[in-house]
Amino acid sequence: MSEIEGIYAVWLREFKVYIREKERVVSSLVSPILWLVAFGVGVGSTVTMEGVNYRVYIYPGILVMSVLFSSMFYGVYVIWDRRLDFLKEVLVAPLSRVSIFIGKVLGGCTTVMVQTTAIMVIGYFIGLSLSLDAFLEAFALLFLLSIALVSLGLSIGANMRSPEGFMLVANFVIWPLFFFSGALFTLSNLPAWLSGVTSANPITYGVDSVRGATIGIRHFPMAVDIAVMLIFSLLAIVAGAWSFRRMHD
Amino acid sequence: MQYTIETFDLSKYYSNIKAVDRLNLKIKEGEIFGLLGPNGAGKTTAISMLCTILPPTSGTATVNGFDIIKEPAQVRKSIGIVFQAPSVDDLLTGRENLRMHTLLFKMPREIRKRRIEEVLKLVDLEKRADDLVRTYSGGMRRRLELARGMMHDPTVLFLDEPTLGLDPQTREHMWKYISALAKREKMTILLTTHYMEEAELLCDRVGIIDAGKIIALNEPDKLKSQLGGGKIIIRTRNPNIAALKKIDCIKAMRRKGDLLQIVLKSGECNLKKILLKAGDVKMVELRPTTLNDVFLHYTGRQIREEEAEGGFWQRMMSERKT
Repeated sequence: MSEIEGIYAVWLREFKVYIREKERVVSSLVSPILWLVAFGVGVGSTVTMEGVNYRVYIYPGILVMSVLFSSMFYGVYVIWDRRLDFLKEVLVAPLSRVSIFIGKVLGGCTTVMVQTTAIMVIGYFIGLSLSLDAFLEAFALLFLLSIALVSLGLSIGANMRSPEGFMLVANFVIWPLFFFSGALFTLSNLPAWLSGVTSANPITYGVDSVRGATIGIRHFPMAVDIAVMLIFSLLAIVAGAWSFRRMHD
Repeated sequence: MQYTIETFDLSKYYSNIKAVDRLNLKIKEGEIFGLLGPNGAGKTTAISMLCTILPPTSGTATVNGFDIIKEPAQVRKSIGIVFQAPSVDDLLTGRENLRMHTLLFKMPREIRKRRIEEVLKLVDLEKRADDLVRTYSGGMRRRLELARGMMHDPTVLFLDEPTLGLDPQTREHMWKYISALAKREKMTILLTTHYMEEAELLCDRVGIIDAGKIIALNEPDKLKSQLGGGKIIIRTRNPNIAALKKIDCIKAMRRKGDLLQIVLKSGECNLKKILLKAGDVKMVELRPTTLNDVFLHYTGRQIREEEAEGGFWQRMMSERKT
């Protein structure tokens, strides 16, 4: 019982800090919207993909991108907490490290999903509307993906000591995950090497599932998408919990 | 006798330095113990090990009777800490920070609210409790941290440089709070500092630590008297040096123009005897031994080399300190 209250305390702090830092909320919305409006509309004026306008085609990809970037970068806040002694205050509490990790993951997922929902709402105003069912399905899938990616970001954060270093490593992980995911292109007719890389990338299945939910185009069965994301989440959670357990001063 | 904190050859070695080297301390219940040392002497490392967030390389310690290696959870429940760097979240209000602490430390639901009000009152922050910590002054943040450290009624309170970076007025305030708290809450306090007045004013006993080892340990007064009895500076033109040399309690003398500096031995000394032989005295200045003198005596006057920052990759990647 008291462990749960501890998890709640960690979550509450993350959430309050997020909503009080207006810059963070606003800046996290800028780049997905640029992708949708500038890139999507620009390329979409001449290109259609799998029978839909490119702007619509990349919408699910951009939702995943937004989850990918903000989930991973959330890990950097562990390093800022460490820079101050705030992390020590949490580490010294008689609360298990796994609980601290769970609280952080939930906090991260909450902020990511607040932001993702905001993008989906903005989507309504720029001609990317979803039915309620599609909205809820996409929401659930993106939430599952954010659990995996927040855990991954936290694992990196727990093992690093400088924000610059974190950015370096995170960028090194994020960009390949994004570009090789099929967020921006269709998976059909890819050269063998690229097809191999994309199918080894867990984000591909996230994009595929969300694209299936939102515009009805998919390359893998739903069960495969979800199974891959579940396994990915599980591995990332184990890695994160382990990193938090061995984290010390 | 059961000590509240007792360390047994507690050590922490990094690849090339001995941060804490076979530390043996015995701190009594209710005592305010000061750990003094230059930068990098191992003070914070020692505290981090005692509060179980840094595993020792060898040796162990007990805090409130619990072993820091075998019973870390028990230890954590018995201690409160004020860390060296700021550790309150400045996007939360004072009260929110305290509330988070009550949850993290699994305090019983019934007493949470009352205890928050109590500690806020102790450090005079009731009026600002619902403002974001961002709007607090340095002294107020420190007080909030002190309040938080005592929140769960710890048996032992660790204060790591509690007044670092505060102005003299605020520091004096903090001292007042700390000594009042120690009395009221009957806590054992281990504090680190390199402000000598702070140690002198607050601590029952002090240990001077350098390069990971305790090099002197006693009550502040005793440390001072061990070192010697202080200095007298006399402005005079015609002192009777030969007669002065016969006075027992004088250890050494130095003349520079009109000024005569006399270094006394420890113990009692008859000032009148000295003044009678000092000739036409224009001015007398007494300089009792301070803890600062003791500190410099034991740690030397050299300025410490700060630790190297390390190369690019060392800074980027976590350097696992094991």
